[in-house]
Amino acid sequence: MADSNAPMLWLIPALPLAAVLLNLLVGGRLGRKGIGWLACSAVGLAFLVALRAVLRLAALPEAQRTVTDTVYTWMRVGDLSVDVSFLLDPLSAVMALVVTGVGFLIHVYSTGYMAHDASFRRFFLYLNLFMFAMLTLVMADNFLLMFVGWEGVGLCSYLLIGFWYTRPSAAEAGKKAFIVNRIGDFGFILGMLILFTWGGSLEYTRLFAVAPHVFAVGSTVITTATLLLFLGAIGKSAQLPLYTWLPDAMEGPTPVSALIHAATMVTAGVYMVARTHVLFQLAPVSLQTVAWVGAATAVFAASIGLAQNDIKRVLAYSTVSQLGYMFMACGVGAFTAGIFHLMTHAFFKALLFLGAGSVIHALSNEQDLRKMGGLAPRLPWTHGTMLVATLAIAGIPPLAGFFSKDEILSSAFASGNVAVWILGLAGAVMTAFYMFRLYILAFRGKPRLSHEAEHHLHESPPSMIVPLAVLAALSVVGGLVGPPMQEGGHSFARWLAPVFAGGAHGAAPHHAVSVATEWGLIALSVVVALAGIGLAFRVYLQDPDAATRLRERLAGLHRTLLNKYWVDELYDATAVRFVHGAAQSFWRFWDTKVVDGAVNGVGHVFEGCSAVLRLFQTGFVGTYALFFTLGVVALLLHFLRH
Amino acid sequence: MIPLSWSLALSAVLFVIGVIGVLVRRNALVIFMSIELMLNAANLAFVAFSRDMQSLDGQVFVFFVMAVAAAEVAVGLAIIVNMFRLRETVFVDEINLLKG
Repeated sequence: MADSNAPMLWLIPALPLAAVLLNLLVGGRLGRKGIGWLACSAVGLAFLVALRAVLRLAALPEAQRTVTDTVYTWMRVGDLSVDVSFLLDPLSAVMALVVTGVGFLIHVYSTGYMAHDASFRRFFLYLNLFMFAMLTLVMADNFLLMFVGWEGVGLCSYLLIGFWYTRPSAAEAGKKAFIVNRIGDFGFILGMLILFTWGGSLEYTRLFAVAPHVFAVGSTVITTATLLLFLGAIGKSAQLPLYTWLPDAMEGPTPVSALIHAATMVTAGVYMVARTHVLFQLAPVSLQTVAWVGAATAVFAASIGLAQNDIKRVLAYSTVSQLGYMFMACGVGAFTAGIFHLMTHAFFKALLFLGAGSVIHALSNEQDLRKMGGLAPRLPWTHGTMLVATLAIAGIPPLAGFFSKDEILSSAFASGNVAVWILGLAGAVMTAFYMFRLYILAFRGKPRLSHEAEHHLHESPPSMIVPLAVLAALSVVGGLVGPPMQEGGHSFARWLAPVFAGGAHGAAPHHAVSVATEWGLIALSVVVALAGIGLAFRVYLQDPDAATRLRERLAGLHRTLLNKYWVDELYDATAVRFVHGAAQSFWRFWDTKVVDGAVNGVGHVFEGCSAVLRLFQTGFVGTYALFFTLGVVALLLHFLRH
Repeated sequence: MIPLSWSLALSAVLFVIGVIGVLVRRNALVIFMSIELMLNAANLAFVAFSRDMQSLDGQVFVFFVMAVAAAEVAVGLAIIVNMFRLRETVFVDEINLLKG
């Protein structure tokens, strides 16, 4: 704090928290407009403070770009010392800007989207609380504080998925998200404990400094620790096999899906792996696991996305798949590419969700793609921005998604993991296909709207359109910070270099590929994207019967994809039913017999004692006085005898 | 001169009468008077000792006891009067609100 260079980092998470408290205290008197202003301005201010801090950070020489701001010492127990302390380095700077920037736009959008909701105030309360937790997560300078944010975002995710809690499906989805995340959190805690036991600290800088000396490369301890941390990331970032909660999380309001389940919270796992890259690089097995889980998830989720009919579910599987790409990048050692994709994905995926929300809003809560179509002329702004985002995610140059996805794929290729690269490429075709399937089904072709939806059809208000436009602009230019084939890395990589260059102990160095190969790879990914798009246009627009024919020809495959490989059913049949049964029997035997028995037994003992003692309490003053007198006489006799 | 033992015997008799009164009577006013009797039995013992030992200390104590007793009478009577207004009784057996 004394350091004048520390630009009051605590203010960034504190601003949304202050808005939460204000909303709690006086929100009832502010009215909808006041609540909207309060929530948006807190996040907007946090963005400005973060921007100022980052600009100051950029002015520092490269080696010194690590600013910490210790608020107070949280606990000091034995060897364990934990501060509430915030860290700003190039990595957390990117995260803080993305979280506050995209978060601000989504807050603004929400004022329009939620305008008619009865629980307007509660919505912004949760949303601001989420911003606080998320900023704590990304700006913490130690594992424990990160875990506080980690759990905080989990809680807010639960609250916001179940926001419309009167709908049983929403309440169920909230519970599912929370419980599935628990599995991951359990890994996170164990990983943290191992790191503290062997590394002696939970603070990043100290732990990362000693890690190369304490842990041998590939040793069991570091492999176990990083795999457990990665289990946490799998849960939070919805990777195989714990991805099932994310598609169900679409029960929440659409701005929530955009903010939490696309742009920010679900990327926390990627951020965590990138943050702890020093540790992961000491464990090649873990890195391999990360790459394979990422690649498998990218393809698996994309294939499910091919056949979904709910506009938000397609986007949800797309998110799972894109997160897979980020892990793939981290797994092959290209952490910069992973974070780069995290950022561009935040732009275009938030835009896609907000656009989908705008469509849903316009169609009076219709989410089924089969009941849309031909919306382009009716919703010009939504259509235009959605098209930009769809092109961006499909990987068409020069939009944002192209640069980051191409960097991931070429890194995978360069690292020698050809199988991972092929999986990534296959995922890219499917991404282009299902995204354009969504686009065509929603905006092109003949309208298939219900009569009622047709009647109410309207373009969204400016508070929703403006964020869409800003995000569309970001989706166009966001990738330009990282064009390929730059001497010494592109500017985004140079910005992150102080973070990722430092811990290259035992890491696979970034394999360089020749310029010709790189051009070839770029051409290949563009061709692949165009192929997916072309196929989607052929099947869904030019020849509407083709889709039906295709579905009939591949009936078995289609049913498998439509039912999401029956993974939910599998989990229900095994894990859920087993745990449920165990809980039932524990309740019947342990809870009712043992625990309740012990508690009631103690109660019965005291009841019996008091039944005897109660006989002395007659309630007649005379009786008391008699005992009193007898006592005095007894004492008197006792003393007189001596 | 009256021997000390006579005074002490009278004091003891008065005190026991007071104790018995407190224990057996049910009228709060009579119990109250019995308490006063016990206090004055003690006062009598004080005064008797004071004269026997040629010391004024005992008499000073008696003044204190009388002052405290006066205050106690004021408070006690107030309680009894209020109790009578509320419950229309001064019999202690019927005042058993605290009985569990």
